[in-house]
Amino acid sequence: MSDFDQTPSGIPVRPVYGPDDRRAEPPAPGRFPFTRGNYQNGYRDRLWTFRQYSGFGTPEESNRRYRYLLEQGGTGLSVALDLPTQCGYDSDDPEVTEEVGRVGVAIDTLKDAEILFDGIPLDQISTSFTINGTAAILLACYVAAAERAGVPRAKLTGTIQNDILKEYASRGTWIWPPEPSLRLIADTIEFCAEQVPRFNAISVAGAHFRDAGANAVQEMAFTLADGVTYCDTVLARGRMTIEEFAPQVSFFFYTHGDFFEEIAKYRAGRRRWATIVRERYGATSDKACMFRFGCVSGGASLFAPQAHNNIIRVAYEAMASALGGVQSMFTAAWDEPFALPSEESTTLALRTQQILAYETGIARVADPLGGSYFVEALTDETEARIIEIMADLERHGGMVRAIEDGYLQGLIADEAYRAHQEIEGGTRPVVGVNRFASDEPAPDLATYELDSGGRDRQLKRLAAVKADRDGAAVRARLAALGRAAEGTENLMGPLIDCVNAYCTVGEMVAALTAVWGEFQQPVVF
Amino acid sequence: MPARILVAKPGLDGHDRGAKIVARALRDAGFEVVFTGIRQRVDAIVAAAVQEDVAVVGLSILSGAHLALTAKTIEGLRAAGAGDIAVVVGGTIPAADIPRLREAGAAAVFPTGTPLDVVVAQVRALTLEAPCESE
Repeated sequence: MSDFDQTPSGIPVRPVYGPDDRRAEPPAPGRFPFTRGNYQNGYRDRLWTFRQYSGFGTPEESNRRYRYLLEQGGTGLSVALDLPTQCGYDSDDPEVTEEVGRVGVAIDTLKDAEILFDGIPLDQISTSFTINGTAAILLACYVAAAERAGVPRAKLTGTIQNDILKEYASRGTWIWPPEPSLRLIADTIEFCAEQVPRFNAISVAGAHFRDAGANAVQEMAFTLADGVTYCDTVLARGRMTIEEFAPQVSFFFYTHGDFFEEIAKYRAGRRRWATIVRERYGATSDKACMFRFGCVSGGASLFAPQAHNNIIRVAYEAMASALGGVQSMFTAAWDEPFALPSEESTTLALRTQQILAYETGIARVADPLGGSYFVEALTDETEARIIEIMADLERHGGMVRAIEDGYLQGLIADEAYRAHQEIEGGTRPVVGVNRFASDEPAPDLATYELDSGGRDRQLKRLAAVKADRDGAAVRARLAALGRAAEGTENLMGPLIDCVNAYCTVGEMVAALTAVWGEFQQPVVF
Repeated sequence: MPARILVAKPGLDGHDRGAKIVARALRDAGFEVVFTGIRQRVDAIVAAAVQEDVAVVGLSILSGAHLALTAKTIEGLRAAGAGDIAVVVGGTIPAADIPRLREAGAAAVFPTGTPLDVVVAQVRALTLEAPCESE
């Protein structure tokens, strides 16, 4: 089969498209079902947010990097947390010594959050946290840190990822079984809708399905299926209507290299979600039906050989994302396949989307590809395939079932293996890897080196916090958290109480694990 | 009887795409493959290797913690009297760390981008060297 016959997701493509290939003319941008974008004037009224994922080592180091990114014209923060924080361990847990501060910043207590955001105007800057298992705890830390800095919770903007289902299937930072985890997510959704109305309580993330191997169509289908599961969970509790919380549900994806497939993915996803929210849940307002998403350009679409080629890949991916109507974008650094990016490569990645936004003219017209015979046909076909995959998952018993028995993981592993074999076999072209390969040595990189003193400072601070805090208050609030977990009350209140008493992330997780137990992973390959 | 291989993910890093692809390629090549799943403690990996009587342990590490985790695994196997089990390491491994991993006792290192047939061939060579196979 030639490279030209189909997209990487297997959608057949013909050499020419004409007016008969489109299903129907989509309504104007800003009109339901939003195929052509959420906003009437596209990016003219509001550009996408430039949001570079960043964070490493200690809160002090990350705080300096955040201030630097904001000085360079970044308009939002994206906080990378280290794996112990994501999985619910404190920095002083002997099990995780090697991973403190390694792939993100360590947060053990409110003290760390206060340092991390020191001097950053949280009423003006939106903050996105890639956090899932411990998302509710980090949200509690953020709210408490902001309030101590004089910013009321009602003014906070940003997102916690808070999408546990994809963690079970592909990213791995789960802690508790699906049922209590879904309850905690519903607690955060209700809490934000009531008290932090400008903050997105969940960013349903397909990105990690994609990085684990799913193709573009699967990525969108699995993500929407997760979104349905979360909405079903919240609605089943009967405390909120879809109109009240759907506006705070957002999405997150990877944009990879197949230009039109990615654009069609976003257009189809936007239309499908709007249709689901209206038809399945009966929402009537545009705000509830709107599919708002962020993306990363990079990830598994970047390669180590001829690494500078990644700059070009990211630029095309960023353009596809903008043509797909993205609300916020992270452009990955070209050296990401090797190590944590340097300040220089991070800046270049930010410049890539600034050039796209300000020099290319892409932001002038809403959905400039709307009405293209090919793009509309590919959007229609992508949506049809998304519907098919979602129906298959429903037949299987829903997402939780598909995760618990490993069905979903199997689908992703199959696709990952197929892609790997196509690249090794040369049928999926990758420049520098299976086309135009060279013996160019790996670049001499000045990448970020972990500061071994950083972990020591983190441990010292944690010890100091533990020594200074009121031990009786800590015990009382952790006990109250455990009791609340046994019942059905919203856990955000007890969590904020714990955070304000300087309970550690690990202590709060342990209190909940004592009630809920741990997730047992199915092993599928 | 085909040689048994344990593919393991030590530490907290959950990126198991590479581990699963390698596990499947080894299975397709005729090995009997056991995959631990993610987030395994080193002592659990050592116990599984001994219990499953494997010839090779393949560690997949993308978090940057490969030096310490590899050394710990090798020490653990030796302490359990299973020092004859070969340990190989794959993942995001900077070139400069390859000799350091070999010094720590890794029988082979497969940085990102290593072709699958190279992984299979080297693992096969290790299983043929292993004393339990020649008996």
